[in-house]
Amino acid sequence: MTHYLLSVYMTESDETMSEEEIQRTYQAVDDFNDKVRSAGAWVFAGGLEPIESATTVDGTKSDPIVTDGPFAESKEHLGGFWVIEAPDLDAALTWAKEGSAACAGKVEVRPFQPEPA
Amino acid sequence: MREVERVFREEYGRVVASLVRRFGDIDVAEEAAAEALLVALDKWPAEGTPPNPGAWLTTTAGNKAIDRLRREAKGHDKHRQAMQMYDDEPPEPTGVVTDDRLRLIFTCCHPALAPEARVALTLRLLGGLTVGEIAEAFFVPETTMAQRITRAKKKIKVARIPYRVPAPADLTERLAGVLAVVYLIFNEGYLSTSGAAPIREELTGEAIRLGRVLRELLPDVPEVAGLLALMLLIEARRKARVAGGELVPLREQDRGGWDRDLIGEGHALVRECLETNRPGHYQLLAAINAVHTDAPTAADTDWAQVATLYTQLYAVSPTPVVALNRAVAVAELDGPEVALAEVDRLALTSYHAWHATRADLLRRLGRSAEARAAYDAAIAATANEAERAYLSRRRGTLAT
Repeated sequence: MTHYLLSVYMTESDETMSEEEIQRTYQAVDDFNDKVRSAGAWVFAGGLEPIESATTVDGTKSDPIVTDGPFAESKEHLGGFWVIEAPDLDAALTWAKEGSAACAGKVEVRPFQPEPA
Repeated sequence: MREVERVFREEYGRVVASLVRRFGDIDVAEEAAAEALLVALDKWPAEGTPPNPGAWLTTTAGNKAIDRLRREAKGHDKHRQAMQMYDDEPPEPTGVVTDDRLRLIFTCCHPALAPEARVALTLRLLGGLTVGEIAEAFFVPETTMAQRITRAKKKIKVARIPYRVPAPADLTERLAGVLAVVYLIFNEGYLSTSGAAPIREELTGEAIRLGRVLRELLPDVPEVAGLLALMLLIEARRKARVAGGELVPLREQDRGGWDRDLIGEGHALVRECLETNRPGHYQLLAAINAVHTDAPTAADTDWAQVATLYTQLYAVSPTPVVALNRAVAVAELDGPEVALAEVDRLALTSYHAWHATRADLLRRLGRSAEARAAYDAAIAATANEAERAYLSRRRGTLAT
């Protein structure tokens, strides 16, 4: 089994959804989450607060620098993610297709490195 | 090519596919196959080619892979892993076809890989072409092609792209991806998009070989038969298609130069598809080519049949390129003016064949100045030397 990160990318235009659309999306994501759990593929998942809430920290130098805002200026931001367990990429892609439809956002699928033995 | 190398290339896909299944690793499989070739080069010339060279190569390569894994087995786990490999996997449950090459081609043509990587991997692993040969065929430096293949193999490994025939629910869609790769290889060989050589036989030959393998593995899928028929019927006209470095259009080709064996084989497959009566994109293209290759002379072509088939094809694949080809048949049935009206409606201004078709229709309508401009645009839009030569000559025949 491999762990895959399913990242949901939101673009600025996605933030103009109506209240009704937002509620429908929440419900679809809840249903999808239940399905992932009952299939035993669930590891962790969560939605993120809007990008304005981000703070970037650079601790690579002796004096850490804290700045307001995201690491990269971009029109697309990580809006949330799932970490799932799947036997192979096909299985992960099947989850990603469903998850993408549920949350109405594009999903990027990436395998985690295997844990050191 | 020496006998040993010819057999090796012929058997490469089968050998590598079997090793990938057994060891679960493409690099291990390729290295072991290469080592088995060295043993074959050493032994076969003296001892003669074994009766079943594919099985001999697979066994020899399998032993080489085990030797290597044992040599490299440092930790306990790796050693145990190597020991387990003496046990062949338990028999597969019956059901879907289980030839190892079929699994491997679905891995190579996986939608998570870049299209150019799918083509390269398929030619490398199933076709047994060297990286250098593939690089040469696609006019890219060998290091570029090597990187492309390495990156794709790495992705297969770390993202765990499975080595498996897709579930029945996904099979049709995934098979369409595989057929597209094979047809892309064929087309790249048939009418190169770049460079001076108009036809690269090795690619068309390789695509047909892959088409035959698919046909053998999936005998009941009509689109597989359709693709093979299509490639055979186009390949049959290859020698007549270029004369003196110039492309010869269908209606001017010397039909005596067509390969009757390939045509016979293609027609039989098309008949089989018609009986199955589950038409699809490749089957319809094959049927159109069957109509053309059935006509003793260009004047005998059943254009009504061609137009009907293109209409059916448009229902399956509603693309402007299909509409353009249909217009060519319409020109023969209803005259160039009707056809030109259809062609002008299509948004294909960057496609050389659109300009070339317009040029021909305008020429037939006696609109020389417009035809000249269309020939110019067609010549500017293609890099194929034989096609440029043909178009330049046609432009030269226009009345001034």
